[in-house]
Amino acid sequence: MLELRDIGFSYSGHAGARSAATPVLDHVDLTLDEGELVLVAGRTGVGKSTLLGVFNGLVPAFTGGRLSGDVRLDGASILHLAPRDRAHVVGYVGQDPTAGFVTDTVEEELAYGMEQLGLDGATMRRRVEETLDLLGIANLRSRDLRALSGGQQQRVAIGSVLTMHPRVLVLDEPTSALDPTAAEDVLATLTRLVHDLGVTVVIAEHRLERVVPFADRIVLVEADGRVRVGDPAAMLQHSPVAPPIVELGRWAGWSPLPLSVRDARRRASQLTLVPAARPAARAPSEDAVLEARGVTVTYGRHVAVRDVDLRLTAGQVTALMGRNGSGKSTLIWALQGSRKRVRGTVRVAGEDPADVGAEARRRLVGLVPQTAADLLYLETVTDECAAADRDAGVSRGSAGALLERLAPGIDPEAHPRDLSEGQRLALVLAVVLTSQPAVICLDEPTRGLDYPGKTALAEILGSLTAEGRAVLVATHDVEFVAQVADRVVVLADGEVVSEGTTARVVAESPAFAPQVHKILGDPWLTVEQVVAAGAGR
Amino acid sequence: MSTARPARDLHPGAWWLWAMGLAASATVTTNPLLLLMIVGIAAVTVSLRRADHPWSSSFRLYLVFGLVIVTIRVVFRVLLGGGFGSSVLLDLPQIPLPGWVAGIRLLGPVTLESVLAGLYDGLRLATIVICVGAANALANPKRLLKSMPPALYEIGTAIVVAVALLPQLADSLRRVRAARQLRGVPGGRIGRLRAVVVPVMEDALERSMSLAAGMDARGYGRAGDLPRSQRRTTGVLMLAGLVGICAGTYALLDQTAPRWLVMPGLVGGVALAGGGFWSAGRRVQRSRYRPDRWRTEEICVALSGAAVAAGVLGPLRDDPLLHPALDTFPTVTTTALVVVLLGIVAALVSPRPVLAQETAPPLEEVGDARAA
Repeated sequence: MLELRDIGFSYSGHAGARSAATPVLDHVDLTLDEGELVLVAGRTGVGKSTLLGVFNGLVPAFTGGRLSGDVRLDGASILHLAPRDRAHVVGYVGQDPTAGFVTDTVEEELAYGMEQLGLDGATMRRRVEETLDLLGIANLRSRDLRALSGGQQQRVAIGSVLTMHPRVLVLDEPTSALDPTAAEDVLATLTRLVHDLGVTVVIAEHRLERVVPFADRIVLVEADGRVRVGDPAAMLQHSPVAPPIVELGRWAGWSPLPLSVRDARRRASQLTLVPAARPAARAPSEDAVLEARGVTVTYGRHVAVRDVDLRLTAGQVTALMGRNGSGKSTLIWALQGSRKRVRGTVRVAGEDPADVGAEARRRLVGLVPQTAADLLYLETVTDECAAADRDAGVSRGSAGALLERLAPGIDPEAHPRDLSEGQRLALVLAVVLTSQPAVICLDEPTRGLDYPGKTALAEILGSLTAEGRAVLVATHDVEFVAQVADRVVVLADGEVVSEGTTARVVAESPAFAPQVHKILGDPWLTVEQVVAAGAGR
Repeated sequence: MSTARPARDLHPGAWWLWAMGLAASATVTTNPLLLLMIVGIAAVTVSLRRADHPWSSSFRLYLVFGLVIVTIRVVFRVLLGGGFGSSVLLDLPQIPLPGWVAGIRLLGPVTLESVLAGLYDGLRLATIVICVGAANALANPKRLLKSMPPALYEIGTAIVVAVALLPQLADSLRRVRAARQLRGVPGGRIGRLRAVVVPVMEDALERSMSLAAGMDARGYGRAGDLPRSQRRTTGVLMLAGLVGICAGTYALLDQTAPRWLVMPGLVGGVALAGGGFWSAGRRVQRSRYRPDRWRTEEICVALSGAAVAAGVLGPLRDDPLLHPALDTFPTVTTTALVVVLLGIVAALVSPRPVLAQETAPPLEEVGDARAA
């Protein structure tokens, strides 16, 4: 139906991370069929978003660059149609749904696209009602878009293009900002569209573990701009990015690879694993680096965090989990001292971060916020590092050395905006670490990171704890938590509902269980553990 | 009685007409009792009928602004002295000024009359401002823009988007300033400014680009097929209309210009320009989802404002009570009272507004939690 023929794309004459010589897309041939779910995968920065943009014309209309080849709809070329003139065929939902909202209530947002198409009032009314029901958001119809939760916003964004009855729906990382439950809701909605309405859905996503079970085909974008297309099980056999379930399957030599937890569980019964003496969780030292008691934070009348007790011990990574809006970010900022507490105490090395000046606070608690780029404002990596040295009052080159240790090989003359997600995160972390804080907090650090990127981050956090720091990570990413965390604290509605070692908390709540645990049960959390145990068999 | 009716948002135009009626009647009187009554009517209506949208809380700002206007007027009366009247409140020495500023006095005796004149005059201006504020708090500005003629749709959308981006800019500023605390604050004013402005501007630019991309992807700006001849008609109509309006206005203001130009110029010009708008609007294939309709309530609200204006500008026009003497306590008659009180009818006949939500968490927390 929709067909890409020999598509090539490159940024010409741009100085920057991508040199002009390397094409982002090269000789891409891809045909989308009616009613299939296609997953676009690949490492960070390989042009997955570019490929999605080619479908509806945002590339090159909004990105610049040179596009060659042809885009055909039912055999007719639509290459030269502007995105707005393809709107009734290709629906597009960008990475951040809130950035694309034009109106302010759910109902108006759903109708906006149809107004542009000039549909008559009765049709619009009918389609809005149908879409509200289809997405399960009928109770939200007159709500303010900005007051919705992340999952609800994502569903509204999907609905707002669905009302135009597009034949292809293109989504760029629809679940990356969502907690596991909200992500499941959104994916369930998408599969329903594929099955019931025959809509073709194209998804680019880093968290393959969430989407792979639903995908009909996988498009693997490679570093040289070529793509490989095929059946998920076959494609994932050699993919550079693979969810834990696939890694487990590869290790165990299962063929074809199981893609859903259910399949894998059946295969796993043949697997005999002797729980090796597990590398016991690093012995919890008794000295708490950070001790919080009864922390309560309010916004007006709304209580965001209520009576939270938290102990962070040296040499441990603690994960802070909970659904969107459960108060994770607020708690982190309160621990750091910037957010005013209504009640409670926080002690770091005998001091309360809220009582000391900003400079002393930075030496107690370092924080990498959700949008890490907020900290960066200079033109080159070198400048950022030099500024960090000056600000922290340490010898020249400290931040640079830290960065080299965290993420070796970053071009010192590169613009921070041109770095990859993972490199930028490492730069911000290096800037924050220059003040030598005893506690490091990270808010959603894994957004936009692929599996190798997350492994690198896990290693960085491991080395920080080895130095005797305490690390607190707020995240939705259960696989990352299984990989990195010693302890888990689960927040709900601003209160701690569950707390303990990772294995225990994960065993207690299935929503937070990583894939390996779902397949093999206790005490397995990561593929690494299984491999280690298997090697000893 | 009004609570029995289902909640509904009125057409924003109705609220604006009502408020304009009140404001128009305020322009012709300096009677503080009447003016305060108008302010009271506006305040009561706003408190009864405003929704819980962000702009609804702006009314308080207008009240404060009104207070500032009154204060400034009175202070200037004292500073620059009116000097008329006989009841001296405070005998300040007059500051001698050179001869070339003749006609201006600095300080001098403060009389009750000049202070009252300043007070009444300030109150009149404040009342007009507060009426505008009431309309602003009651009517959804976005819906008002939506009711614009189709030819102006693009401009309307641009304004809506700009308005929506403002709170986002504030949000981004707050975030970046918090982030500043996490690393050192650079020395020097320029450095400090740069550390905040650069990330905020980058953020704003990125948001604008993704919004533009999102709107384009959803069909914004789709143009219908328009034959060349029709485009020419539109252009000719608009140009001729503009020329007509210009000629008419000129003739109206310049007494030496021939009188016959006035009416044909103005009316004809407006008609031609209207035709141009209509012709340009025909190109637009856009439709409107659930457009606001004028129903009985809307008409009643608009009439309530119009009645006040008609009453004050009509029968009461030459009534001395509109401009009370400065040496006696101002009075009102029953007729004037009834006329102005007609304005409160709007609050009674209008339905309860639709509240966005009662139980949702405040925006800030959601904003924090959402991966922005």
